[in-house]
Amino acid sequence: MTADDSVTRSDSGRWSAEGMALGALFVLVGLLGVAYGARSWFPELASRHGAGIDAMLNYLLVSTGGLFLVGHLVLGLFIWQGSRRQRVSRRSATPRAERRLSVGLGMLMALIAEGGVLAIGIPVWGEYYMSDTPDDAVVIEVTGTQFMWHARYPGPDGQFGRLRPELIDSASNPIGLDADDRRAADDVVWTGEVYAPVDRTILIRLRSTDVIHSFFVPSLRVKQDVVPGMTPDVQFVATREGRFDIACAELCGLGHYRMQGFFNVVTDTEFDRWLREQGS
Amino acid sequence: MDEPRGFLRRYVFSTDHKVIGIQYILTGLVMGLFGAGLAVLIRLQLGWPEVPKTLLGVWLPNGMPGGIMTPEFYLAVVTMHGTIMVFFFISYVLVSGFGNYLVPLQIGAKDMAFPLLNMLSFWVALLSAVVMLLSFLVEGGAAAAGWTAYPPLSAVASAVPGSALGQSVWLLSMALFIASFTMSGLNIVATVFSLRAPGMSMMRLPLTVWSYFIASILGVLAFPPLTAAAIMLLFDRHLGTSFFLPAGLVIGGTVLPHQGGSPLLWQHLFWFLGHPEVYVLILPALGIAADILPVFTRKPPFGYRWSVYSLIAVGALSMVVWGHHMFVSGMSPFTGEYFSLATLTITVPMAIYGVNMLGSVWGGAVRLTSPMVWSLGVIALFGSGGFGGIYLGNATADMQLHDTYFVVGHFHLMIGGVTMFGMFAGIYYWFPKMFGRLMHEGLGKAHFWATFVPFFMVFFAQHFQGLQGMPRRYYAFSTYEYLREAAAQNGVISMLAIAVVAGQFIFLANFLWSLFRGRVAGEDPWQATTLEWTVPSPPPHGNFVAQPIVRRWPYDYSVDGVSHDYVPQTATASEAAVTS
Repeated sequence: MTADDSVTRSDSGRWSAEGMALGALFVLVGLLGVAYGARSWFPELASRHGAGIDAMLNYLLVSTGGLFLVGHLVLGLFIWQGSRRQRVSRRSATPRAERRLSVGLGMLMALIAEGGVLAIGIPVWGEYYMSDTPDDAVVIEVTGTQFMWHARYPGPDGQFGRLRPELIDSASNPIGLDADDRRAADDVVWTGEVYAPVDRTILIRLRSTDVIHSFFVPSLRVKQDVVPGMTPDVQFVATREGRFDIACAELCGLGHYRMQGFFNVVTDTEFDRWLREQGS
Repeated sequence: MDEPRGFLRRYVFSTDHKVIGIQYILTGLVMGLFGAGLAVLIRLQLGWPEVPKTLLGVWLPNGMPGGIMTPEFYLAVVTMHGTIMVFFFISYVLVSGFGNYLVPLQIGAKDMAFPLLNMLSFWVALLSAVVMLLSFLVEGGAAAAGWTAYPPLSAVASAVPGSALGQSVWLLSMALFIASFTMSGLNIVATVFSLRAPGMSMMRLPLTVWSYFIASILGVLAFPPLTAAAIMLLFDRHLGTSFFLPAGLVIGGTVLPHQGGSPLLWQHLFWFLGHPEVYVLILPALGIAADILPVFTRKPPFGYRWSVYSLIAVGALSMVVWGHHMFVSGMSPFTGEYFSLATLTITVPMAIYGVNMLGSVWGGAVRLTSPMVWSLGVIALFGSGGFGGIYLGNATADMQLHDTYFVVGHFHLMIGGVTMFGMFAGIYYWFPKMFGRLMHEGLGKAHFWATFVPFFMVFFAQHFQGLQGMPRRYYAFSTYEYLREAAAQNGVISMLAIAVVAGQFIFLANFLWSLFRGRVAGEDPWQATTLEWTVPSPPPHGNFVAQPIVRRWPYDYSVDGVSHDYVPQTATASEAAVTS
């Protein structure tokens, strides 16, 4: 025995008080953690595919919440029991039983947590990225610049006019619309606000003129990075009228936090009227 | 081995792996303290954005004029906090520090395979840390494009003030860091391959050595691409190339002459390093915890063999999942789904490892020493943060959670928490071997309680801020209607976060007090079996007086028919079984 016997000796009285405290800590982590997470946390939902994303998140919250709770209860229990023992319990498993338990439980946990990913996640991902664009879809181009969102509508001709970066002027021509192009004449550019109709497919073509931004509308469950040089499309259906925050979700400079916009979902009639007013 | 003479050769320019390990640990702890200070600045801003912090305004007149932080200084602080904590705190203390100190001792070697290279790696690492700190002083301030440094923000000086000289200094420091880490990683791999004592077969290695072995292989394979990327980005910044810059960029009112590059290329190169990096950090913490549990439960670890297989599987899979950081970057949705499925497979070996750690406590005679309570903290954090990874590895859920506080909460529990708790478990456990004295037990546990409780609350709560859609790297949240409630939680979270930092002073006091006043440890204060406990504390130059012969695996605790409840790895059959 070494000089430091007292450090490692199982002095049952002292250890069990401490063991109870530590076991209780982890049990409480499990119980309070689940209680804290049990309420509804998401921003109000306003899109069709968003219901699928919420279902995915809810599945994960329930399944991992359960595993989290069981894991912490078991950990707390083991510590409390173990701290009262002088000797290792006879219940120590054989190597074969150990393998079965660890591999079996590991696989089971993975299956519970991830079965939902296969069953719920992939179809939603597919619906979001692979849907065809119907003929009556509203096409909107949204351009991110430091630190503003600009929406552009093609106007009655249905075509977007040419853009030239050298024409960009942050005050008068934020996206560099080329007035010499005939198709550009009826384009509508609007800064800070996007208008779109409810219950109709909305196709948003994203662009950035400077750094990476990310078009994030929490209520619509839409988030798409806008890497300059690429023009990613996002397509979705808004299911509720309202005025929703647009936030930037990719660090884009010192004004990143105030790159706010508003996504206005209005009725079809209001949308058409608004568009006509802007065009005139 | 000749022992070097003179203070400089012994303690400063030493090639002894133990001295180098301790040098790494001390450097890392100093950097960690600095990174913690930055965390306090971040939380002061987020908790109370409108309240002037007058005293700080006096100390930091440029960053916080009148006590109110500027947005550009906030971004520099966030960037440097991440960079320092990941690369200069956890990497130095846990990976390079303990890796250097422990691997030769635990495999029965006199030193690392390449002692001179080892010394070089430390001095390059120190240089890289100093260069990184100096970047605060250059024109425009420190880098402000985030620790991920995505171009074009990081490539164009006019995009953000920190992208002036600060970003170049950052890139230079990173290139030095990777050079140093590659040297130290190669060294550990070579040492484990070639310097194991007779009888130390691979399946007799402690899990700690296994974890360092796998982590070092990962580092050597995954880090060099970022050196290349850093140099390419430096070229884009200063020599007019366009690796990462496409045509038509208009920044600060001027059209840039670049064309043909892809910002997405940087993301691939960065995360090809960045994802294995998180396993490089976390595996040693898991290895250390898994090795400390048997000592203080007095029984072998649960499922040793499958823990080893899991470490190997995690290492291999970690090289092919980097794209899960880029689900919404605009890469093909098919590629995204591949990365999603690959990421989900990595949870299987991680879950097995987690079950094994839990199983190691099961039925044990638990002795609640400081290293043990910190190791139990590792299990709890791993069993909390790990589940968050399933949300983020899942492309569908990640659409909503990407770049929100859910991510911040998740990686702080994992590569902030699991690693830090593993690191402290290691410090409390091996401090007596390093310095010959035990740390104070009461203070060690006070440190645990003062850290675990607020730490867990802070980052657990941040997951739910993320579920509310709160984006990360925001200087303030005041104008967003949907974030009203989430932003209101920031005050409490800030108080708890500052409490975590305050709790670390208990550790500092304990560390310094124990160096001089701690109880003298002796060779084997914990009654442990691995080779480092068969030599004096601290071990002499060259570690082992005679070549140790390894005769058993490292976990012979509570063996039937043995008088002591443990048998050292070097004990012969006749030394082991004494009672009837």
